[in-house]
Amino acid sequence: MRRVYLDRIAATPLHPQVLEDMLPYLKENFGNPQSLHSAGQEALRAVEEAREKAAQLINCEPSEIFFTSSGSESNNFALKGLALAHRNRGKHIVISAIEHQSVLHSTKKLEKLGFTVSLVPVDKWGMVDAEEVQRAITKETILVSIMLANSEVGTIEPIEDIANICRSRDILFHTDAVAAVGNIPVDVKELGVDALSLAGNQFYGPKGSAALFVKKGTRILPFIDGGIQESGRRAGTENVSGIVGLGKATEIAKKEMEKRIERVKPLRDRLIKLFPQKVEHVFLTGHPKKRLPYHASFCIEFVEGEAMLLNLDMQGIAASSGSACTSRALKASHVLLAMGIDHALAQGSLVFSLIEETKSKDIDYLLEVFPPIIERLRKMSPLYTQYLEEKEK
Amino acid sequence: MIYSEKVMEHFQNPRNVGVIKDADGVGQVGNPVCGDMMSFYIKVKDNRIEDVKFQTFGCGAAIAVSSMVSEMAMGKTIEEVLEITNRSVAEELGGLPKNKLHCSNLGADALHKAIENYKERHKAEAKKKDTPDKSVDKEKCYCPYCEGPLEGMEDYCTKCEIELEECPECGKPVKKGEEKCVYCGATKVRV
Repeated sequence: MRRVYLDRIAATPLHPQVLEDMLPYLKENFGNPQSLHSAGQEALRAVEEAREKAAQLINCEPSEIFFTSSGSESNNFALKGLALAHRNRGKHIVISAIEHQSVLHSTKKLEKLGFTVSLVPVDKWGMVDAEEVQRAITKETILVSIMLANSEVGTIEPIEDIANICRSRDILFHTDAVAAVGNIPVDVKELGVDALSLAGNQFYGPKGSAALFVKKGTRILPFIDGGIQESGRRAGTENVSGIVGLGKATEIAKKEMEKRIERVKPLRDRLIKLFPQKVEHVFLTGHPKKRLPYHASFCIEFVEGEAMLLNLDMQGIAASSGSACTSRALKASHVLLAMGIDHALAQGSLVFSLIEETKSKDIDYLLEVFPPIIERLRKMSPLYTQYLEEKEK
Repeated sequence: MIYSEKVMEHFQNPRNVGVIKDADGVGQVGNPVCGDMMSFYIKVKDNRIEDVKFQTFGCGAAIAVSSMVSEMAMGKTIEEVLEITNRSVAEELGGLPKNKLHCSNLGADALHKAIENYKERHKAEAKKKDTPDKSVDKEKCYCPYCEGPLEGMEDYCTKCEIELEECPECGKPVKKGEEKCVYCGATKVRV
């Protein structure tokens, strides 16, 4: 059976060169970077080299990169670390309604510690309006966190505009750029952000490798208390092989990014164009133009996401969904609901995120096997029957 | 795979899908908020289910449950069908993931509603007694967020540290402040 992996937002494969660079640090170069002997010093050298590579990708100083274990940790670190370090200046935080759970739930924890949080709405494309952020800011606001790109609907947010507003009001600005870094050009100086989260497993690096950029001179509370690793901001023995893998992945991404986008975007555009032509009652979610180049997301009316995913999987196709049934919390995606998409339609959400290996034939295959699956499920759907009956009247 | 072989088999080849135009009874449960909706249609002859058909909008579990219930009910007497519970359907399917036991496992409820509807139509003693499994279902609850076991009355899940409260409609634990119940889809009136 043909295998077609279209779930980049969940994980990318590991680049063979990344694996190659990592292996020595899982085998003979096992030293602890904090040790004085040469085994330790070799590990330290590798960690610092990776830090330089990561810094180059987003145009910052190596000392502004703090390695973490995941995008979620980076977001927790940023939100809690910045809010708690600056709480004497005020206790108000502004985020958008479509942030990742790691941002949303971090602010929930902060609410319990006496902070107040405002959620900025998004429009039907999932786009944050910088003016809405401006309106949400109060005298008490110390921190704004808006994601750079949303992984469920692909929309790229106006980060520069929001950063300008924050800078003029002397408010810290963090962006969750996990879905973007390594996939589209991201330059922290151009964006004007104070902190930025990134994760290696989004661009051919290993899982468990991520980082937080914190602008020089920005006070942030340590996330894990302990030793002096990561300049004392994040204690714990370094995940040396993971950090080396992240470094290599950033190096490759910097070199290959343009080529990768040129290859994957036309395939994605074809899917966005042809799929709604092939099947009725299918809608693109997210912004039609300002979106991640590998990202295509849809709502398919009258059918539920998990049932589609299971059927696609039987045909060898891997995708993801924001339907309630696919989430362990059994709730429809907060992103789609915030965009004003109703519950029934949100249940039929599907995300196809292409990887570098995706071929034109893979898209053909998807367009061939998917319509009959939808047709079969619609025949089974009481909502579709209702729709047809109403149409007849 | 998150589902048993039997669930997948029913999901791939669901029995008795469709609509009975001149049904003797129709029952519907669920709503799109939960993600699952089931409609059951029955034909009754000499107190027996002569034919049963269903339509389901929902996940793999919901489709498999509907198919299994229809198979279990076919040819049985009304009384026998009323003995079928959501729990016995799940058992017949070789079990369901814990977080799907409530939301997607409503097949027996839908079928019982179709029978109620049939009885009402035929003006039989419309005894609207609760389906027997509801009390059973309440016995064991699971935190909808981390699947940790709950007694059903806690206001806090110790496992995932989420505050819970009782849904005023179905009595099951939902996250505090949540606007919609993940089990029954009830929209709460926030005070």
